[in-house]
Amino acid sequence: MSPNMLEIAQSDVPAARRTVLEVKELKTYYKTRLKEKVHAVDGVSFALEEGKTLGIAGESGCGKSTLALSLMGFYFPPLYYSSGSIMIGGIDIMQLSKEQLRKRILGREIAYIPQAAMNALNPTLKILHFIEDIMKEHRPELTKSQVREMAAERFRTLHLSPDVLNAYPNELSGGMKQRTVIAISTILNPNVLVADEPTSALDVTSQKAVIKLLKELIGKKFIKSLIFITHELPLLYHVADDIMVMYAGEIVERGTARQMIFDPYHPYTKRLMGSIIVPEEGMKAHKLAAIPGAPPNLKMAIDGCRFADRCTYAADACRHGKIDNRTAGERVYRCIFGPGTLKEWYASEER
Amino acid sequence: MKNADVLLSGTNITKVFGYGKHKKTAVQDVSFSFHEGEIVSIVGESGSGKTTLAKMLMGLLKETSGEVRYRGKPRQLKSHADRKKYWKDIQAIFQDPFSSFNVFHKVEKLLTDCMKLQGLKLTKEEQFRKMKEACSFVNLKFEELHNKYPFELSGGQMQRLMIARIFMLHPKILIADEPTSMIDACSRSTILDMLLKLRKENNMTIIFITHDVGLAYYVSDTLYIMEKGRIVESGPAEDVILNPKHRYTQQLISDVPKIHEEWNLAN
Repeated sequence: MSPNMLEIAQSDVPAARRTVLEVKELKTYYKTRLKEKVHAVDGVSFALEEGKTLGIAGESGCGKSTLALSLMGFYFPPLYYSSGSIMIGGIDIMQLSKEQLRKRILGREIAYIPQAAMNALNPTLKILHFIEDIMKEHRPELTKSQVREMAAERFRTLHLSPDVLNAYPNELSGGMKQRTVIAISTILNPNVLVADEPTSALDVTSQKAVIKLLKELIGKKFIKSLIFITHELPLLYHVADDIMVMYAGEIVERGTARQMIFDPYHPYTKRLMGSIIVPEEGMKAHKLAAIPGAPPNLKMAIDGCRFADRCTYAADACRHGKIDNRTAGERVYRCIFGPGTLKEWYASEER
Repeated sequence: MKNADVLLSGTNITKVFGYGKHKKTAVQDVSFSFHEGEIVSIVGESGSGKTTLAKMLMGLLKETSGEVRYRGKPRQLKSHADRKKYWKDIQAIFQDPFSSFNVFHKVEKLLTDCMKLQGLKLTKEEQFRKMKEACSFVNLKFEELHNKYPFELSGGQMQRLMIARIFMLHPKILIADEPTSMIDACSRSTILDMLLKLRKENNMTIIFITHDVGLAYYVSDTLYIMEKGRIVESGPAEDVILNPKHRYTQQLISDVPKIHEEWNLAN
């Protein structure tokens, strides 16, 4: 089916429920110099609806960033694709050639802000140059002055000074650079924006400015959906509609932001939420939860639950076989125990 | 904490970089007194002069005016021997563990250097035992690590190795410059646990330099809030965070996303 036909077929679906991105059983791996395979993303499935913000949380090395790269089809060695499908706007991107992917998908359907976005700008070129570069590829009919006009207009709408366009990247502060990168990468109004740790290197004041900008992009419909990757849970609580927690290449739980923060099911999510520190009353009395041990080695095949070695509640049954997703209401989590049992444990722990 | 001895104090410390037109005052008229066994946090946004202040405390930068006193006496930092003596008592861990270690030295050498700094004359076995003890304190396996170079370790391992150094040196004062800003929330808890355990063991003073208001509130007894090189508010952590008086402190706290309160994005 051609993408156009899909668009017509989908327009009957109410806008709020239309899926913009769907990932099924995605598996990708890194190949090390010793020819070992590190299975960084190991069977991830999820769907993102239009108008929603999806947060992805997890500790360092759990595969958050690799998942983001894989979504974009950025398969450059040492990262390789193994299996699974990625549907963006109804198109399976794994069926496209690199050229088609770059022309049709990247920047238009899905845009990406890498982790060190602040260093993504060539310091010898003015900001406007990056926008001209994108336009040359995607909108060749526009003249230089039209591009300049358009860029200035977009910057004004986003409450960024149009003077930034004539600045060199090193003249801007860290927070401003980050906001500029976001403005540049969304210039073609992509459906989905994938932001990988966009605020981790910033202080709280600049962080707020970046979040404001992202919310504005959604509010003004420049982007339709957002995938926000971070390990800062209080931030995710305010930014995301849904939160997905990743552990050792798998998604262990998904729920709404409120459910995940206040009522986690999976033992790993529970521990992760226990590590939150916020400047609020009563925080000092709170006992910080550190998770003992380290995540499993992703080079080897893992039998049973990946969290079992670090889990206080692990039983023998956890250590063997494949642990499937368990559904409770609209919640999905990867654990063999029911929500009742888990909640009883958590309650007795607090007593 | 007020009744404990004052360990490190400063009066009207100012640091100016550059001359004439390019003059930049990074730290201006800062006064403080840190007590023995106290945990202090210096909080401020990027560019507020936190790290410059930390470097002056370490004796890595010379203050333009003002005076830092250690145990009530002005510091002697003129000769290398003086500085070495000072660094026996005051140590630091930095934000980026990758750039804090000499990449040409193996882990074993990095740890034996600590003992050299202390001036200890130990046999090989004793050295080995001490290093093993320090590594097991931070959940590292010395047998696996001692023959490796820093770049062969992961970020978390290096951060823990830095704490192992502190464990061996037992300084009186530890300056932790953004110790957790590069790591995730889980490892942050582990690192904090270790630092607090260390502090309990030898009544160490810890000075946290951070922009993470939540962390500062959670760990410290006393807070100093810095804005544009000045300390705008200071006091017990509870008072400063729960009843901020200064406009900047109020702004800073409202900028932090919390989980039981709305996050106001409008201002």
